[in-house]
Amino acid sequence: MSDWLVAVGRRGLDLLVRLGRAHMLLFYIVLALPALVRQPREMVRQVHSIGVRSLVIIVVSGLFVGMVLSLQGYNTLVGFGAAQSLGVLVALSLVRELGPVVSALLYGGRAGSALAAEIGLMKATEQLAGMEMMAVDPIERVVAPRFLAGVMVMPLLAAIFSAVGVLGGYFVAVGLLGLDDGAFWSQMQSKVEFHDDIVNGIIKSAVFGVVATWIALFHGYEAVPTAEGVSLATTRTVVHTALAVLVLDFILTALMFNKV
Amino acid sequence: MVEPRPQDDSCRVPLVEIRGLRFMREGRLIFDGVDLAIPRGRVTAIMGPSGTGKTTLLRIIGGQLVPDAGQVIVDGCNVHQLKRRELFELRKRMGMLFQAGALLTDLTVFGNVAFPLREHTRLSESMIRDLVLIKLEAVGLRGARDLMPSQLSGGMARRVALARAIALDPMMVMYDEPFTGQDPISLGVLARLIRSLNDSLGLTSLVVSHDVQETCAIADYVYLIAEGRVVGEGTPSEMRDSASAWVRQFMHAQVEGPVPFHYPALDLTTDLLGEGSA
Amino acid sequence: MMQQRKLEIAVGLFMVLGFAALFFLAMRVSNLSSAGIFGGDKGYEITARFQNTGSLKGRSPVSVAGVRVGQVTEIVLDSKTFEAVVHMRIGSRFSTLPKDTSASILTSGLLGEQYVGLDPGGDSVLLKEGDEIRITQSALVLERFIGQFLYNKAQETEKK
Repeated sequence: MSDWLVAVGRRGLDLLVRLGRAHMLLFYIVLALPALVRQPREMVRQVHSIGVRSLVIIVVSGLFVGMVLSLQGYNTLVGFGAAQSLGVLVALSLVRELGPVVSALLYGGRAGSALAAEIGLMKATEQLAGMEMMAVDPIERVVAPRFLAGVMVMPLLAAIFSAVGVLGGYFVAVGLLGLDDGAFWSQMQSKVEFHDDIVNGIIKSAVFGVVATWIALFHGYEAVPTAEGVSLATTRTVVHTALAVLVLDFILTALMFNKV
Repeated sequence: MVEPRPQDDSCRVPLVEIRGLRFMREGRLIFDGVDLAIPRGRVTAIMGPSGTGKTTLLRIIGGQLVPDAGQVIVDGCNVHQLKRRELFELRKRMGMLFQAGALLTDLTVFGNVAFPLREHTRLSESMIRDLVLIKLEAVGLRGARDLMPSQLSGGMARRVALARAIALDPMMVMYDEPFTGQDPISLGVLARLIRSLNDSLGLTSLVVSHDVQETCAIADYVYLIAEGRVVGEGTPSEMRDSASAWVRQFMHAQVEGPVPFHYPALDLTTDLLGEGSA
Repeated sequence: MMQQRKLEIAVGLFMVLGFAALFFLAMRVSNLSSAGIFGGDKGYEITARFQNTGSLKGRSPVSVAGVRVGQVTEIVLDSKTFEAVVHMRIGSRFSTLPKDTSASILTSGLLGEQYVGLDPGGDSVLLKEGDEIRITQSALVLERFIGQFLYNKAQETEKK
């Protein structure tokens, strides 16, 4: 019994220590952000490796999520004779929830794990220590540009996901199910609020961008510098990102959309 | 058992002085009262069995790790009382060669050697080019400037890292296990490079290694560390003839000695006859 | 250098694509573009009183002959007469509605959303900012309608 308590206590303390270290890292990253204006090239490279390389998975997933939504939504709505509201259903689901959440999950799996592995490997091959010994701060050179790039890229990826999803839904609804083209768009436009839906969706994805990138960078930076350490860091990145995004999504939704 | 330090005139004020160093990691005492002096202009070797924290010692000298007690004084500065900015200034004057080279994988050989110059100087691009080519020439890899680190062999990567370590013309270079995993040719090349760079550039070199032959061939002075303290010191020839059990076991690669062959365990008979006490 | 240029082009395209997606969401998916019926300005506001507004809500469409001309801005209850006062904003392009226009709350489809349908009259005086529409017809509440229908049926059978 007391062993069990000791174990719980130790894990709790360990968790607190790691949380503390994560916040210290974030603090140092934020301190290093102003210096990024001196490295525009590095920023371009990071936006490329984080954003452009995630584009394919985001576009393809968005397209299919939108198409499935349209198909499933039609089957439900047609039972109420409300098939012309399909556009509303597809657009609201994507813009409010699926766009930010699914693209953040994909981002965690595609870009986040790659970030953690990359930084973990740089640590394992002593590149970070080497930079420190060359009097170069690895947080400023390596971590901060990736953080800023991730935070910039995430809302754009979510917007692309939602937009492609709406188009996918449109193709299924109008092309496949024979719904009226005008009704699809006009119903959507009359029911989707710019401020309440689109802007809140963007805010969500910005928050997810900060959290997902932060988690990836933390696990990479704190990885045990061995092969197992790096693989553990990537696994943890994906798992923690998924959990954090889903929990945060609930909190943000409760804060944003729950007012009557 | 410790021989008196040679008191010749070139050993004025040592470049690096370590006094009473204590360092703990995860509850284990790595260093317990280490005293060292690294004279200027010489190649000093720190040797010891694996796992004695030789690399840790370099990290402490470089200010990446903070000791629990004791002082590390490099060129008159107490490393662990410096402010961050001052520490970075000091590090610009220290080169370090990591075990695997620690080249930045996304830069070419040229980019790697140019990296500290671009970070810390405001030299023109053509100046940087000339400097990089000179440094690469010194390690014999001027022709490999456009290769990526992944295309280099282990020995070449270390030579590039060496060129990078001397790019800012430091006062000292620290070598972390430079000979591990090298074939005899590149091992000889590296050893000769360390010695010749030390002499031609007026460096102070600190070599951490457990390769007795190669290290003794180039070192002026050797410290042997085991179990958290200095167990022997002297010139290579003094070390070979030392009477100390530690030094003899290490220098002559004996199986039995102060470092036991067996990991601490129960008596064999008790262990074999004991039941389920795993 | 070529490599860097390629990266920059790819990143530029990515940014353009991202902002195009945002623009698409704002203008095509959401109602930001429905500001278009106001032709850039705010249009003018009119009110109408109804006995019952049904499920009419803020931002419900206002249309003439099926063409959207504006939207409901708010619905308040007149605490003296217990009538609902519906405030509507009409685009200034549609400023030629006569004063005797009538307003009714209609449903698009049997179960669709409710909207305000305006039926222009023949008056030469036009509606302007702050005017009230006099002739209104309330929302059709299905329960009442069915109740009345059943009541009539019952009376018919009684007569027989």
